[in-house]
Amino acid sequence: MDASAALVKVLREEGPRVLAALVRQLGDLPVAEDALSEASIAALGAWPASGIPDNPRAWLTVVARRKALDLLRRESARTDKETAAFRWGTERAKDEIEEVIDAMETESELRDDMLRLIFTCCHPALSREAQVALALRTLARLEVDAIARAFLVPEPTMAKRLVRARSKIATAHIPYVIPSDAQLPERLAAVLAVVYLIATEAHAPTGGNAVARVDLEAEAVRLARLLVELMPDEPEALSLLALLLFTSARTPARSDVQGHVVTLADQDRGRWNRHAIAEGSRWLSRAVILSGGPAGLYQLQAHLAAAHSTATSWSETDWDRIIGLYDLLGSAGANPVVALNRAVAVTERDGPEHGLAALEAIVGLELSHLWHAALADNLRRLGRTAEAAGELETAASLAPTEGERRLLLSRLLDVRPEPT
Amino acid sequence: MALYVALCYYDRDRYWDEPPETEFSPEYTEFARRATEAGVMRGGEALHPVTMSTTITVSGGRGGDVMLTDGPYAEAKEVLAGYFVLETADLDEAVAWAVQIPAAWRGKIELRPIAPHHA
Repeated sequence: MDASAALVKVLREEGPRVLAALVRQLGDLPVAEDALSEASIAALGAWPASGIPDNPRAWLTVVARRKALDLLRRESARTDKETAAFRWGTERAKDEIEEVIDAMETESELRDDMLRLIFTCCHPALSREAQVALALRTLARLEVDAIARAFLVPEPTMAKRLVRARSKIATAHIPYVIPSDAQLPERLAAVLAVVYLIATEAHAPTGGNAVARVDLEAEAVRLARLLVELMPDEPEALSLLALLLFTSARTPARSDVQGHVVTLADQDRGRWNRHAIAEGSRWLSRAVILSGGPAGLYQLQAHLAAAHSTATSWSETDWDRIIGLYDLLGSAGANPVVALNRAVAVTERDGPEHGLAALEAIVGLELSHLWHAALADNLRRLGRTAEAAGELETAASLAPTEGERRLLLSRLLDVRPEPT
Repeated sequence: MALYVALCYYDRDRYWDEPPETEFSPEYTEFARRATEAGVMRGGEALHPVTMSTTITVSGGRGGDVMLTDGPYAEAKEVLAGYFVLETADLDEAVAWAVQIPAAWRGKIELRPIAPHHA
């Protein structure tokens, strides 16, 4: 890693922690964000010459606090800012050592500050879109243009979304607190949903070409890791991390050398990341031990991912176990996507007649390319090639990305009767 | 502390049949009493039906032509039936109070922060 990459890494690792403490002290997320941005720019200017300080977090905190003070003074025309500036202004001037000591938080203080920041960014009074944008900007420290590219929106749109979200936090007085025990399950679910959404966005880009987009999958794993670090006893947080590790382990095999999409059945399992799978298994075991009661939704999904990740091949997969897990997932509420995945497993276990019947019983996926592709697969296996070709054509016309469309069209060549 | 207005919306048809100031009066009185005792209540009123409303627009800037229209500006499906002004520490506390207002289950509540008045 070169010097500037190391520097950026430190800034991304320490940034959220510095920000979390700063927000608590200032009670103002936008000012804290601006102050940290300015401190990061200062670090990028100073560190290449001086070297990265022994305690980069303390360095950033001290500089960010000074920047925040400047910002508050500059903006003191705004009444609510005046109070904060006043509070700061009346403090006795501190010498630098005192300031650094002040900036050093205990681990438990830091943990609480990070949790406050996370729960504020994912507060239910913010739209899911805003929560995701804040998670990537405020918690993952991605630049606005990178987030905009990841979600295929123009940069000004993403910038406006972030400004609006931060200003809602301030104006509507969304509290900077850790939820009470009574609120925690619901609020934690919202946080996990945001991280999960970032990961699924990485797997199923909502259009366009995946090249040159930030690695949302890696960001989702990083965020899930952060949640586990902060809440090591929450089984669903552990399960989400396990799930994301299992799925990200397959990423190297998800496309071939030409960049074409390769489905799970055809992936070269030798290219799966064994370390990630082993780590996922460890977190999942811990989640099982801690959960006590019935498995949560992320735990069930993690078990499903584990069943695939530990199978030596598609044909050697434990379909009984997989169908059982889909039944448990489905019992939490009718979900056509769960039913679709279950039907695919039924095809493998019981044959294409049963798989086809299961697929035809699903309502609500008429516009899903995956449903039409699964129908085509069963029809092909039953020798009904003309119908299979029709389904593949429909699937290709509905495919959300060019890569998936190409894959479906290549299957079409296999089933379409020779032109006469 | 922060000020919010809890705007109480009712389905237009339902509100027509069951105006809150008659039908649900005891429930609202009870809520207002508890909120007042807790020091959260800063005001609030029930409103007459939208058919009693007059909508006003001035075209061409200040001092321009005044136009009066009978009723609300748009044919909204939901109508504002009343409001409470609540003062709480933050949004979570305001939500905790808003869920006790009968409109929360008979219609819906919009909780809007009040902008501070600059003299």
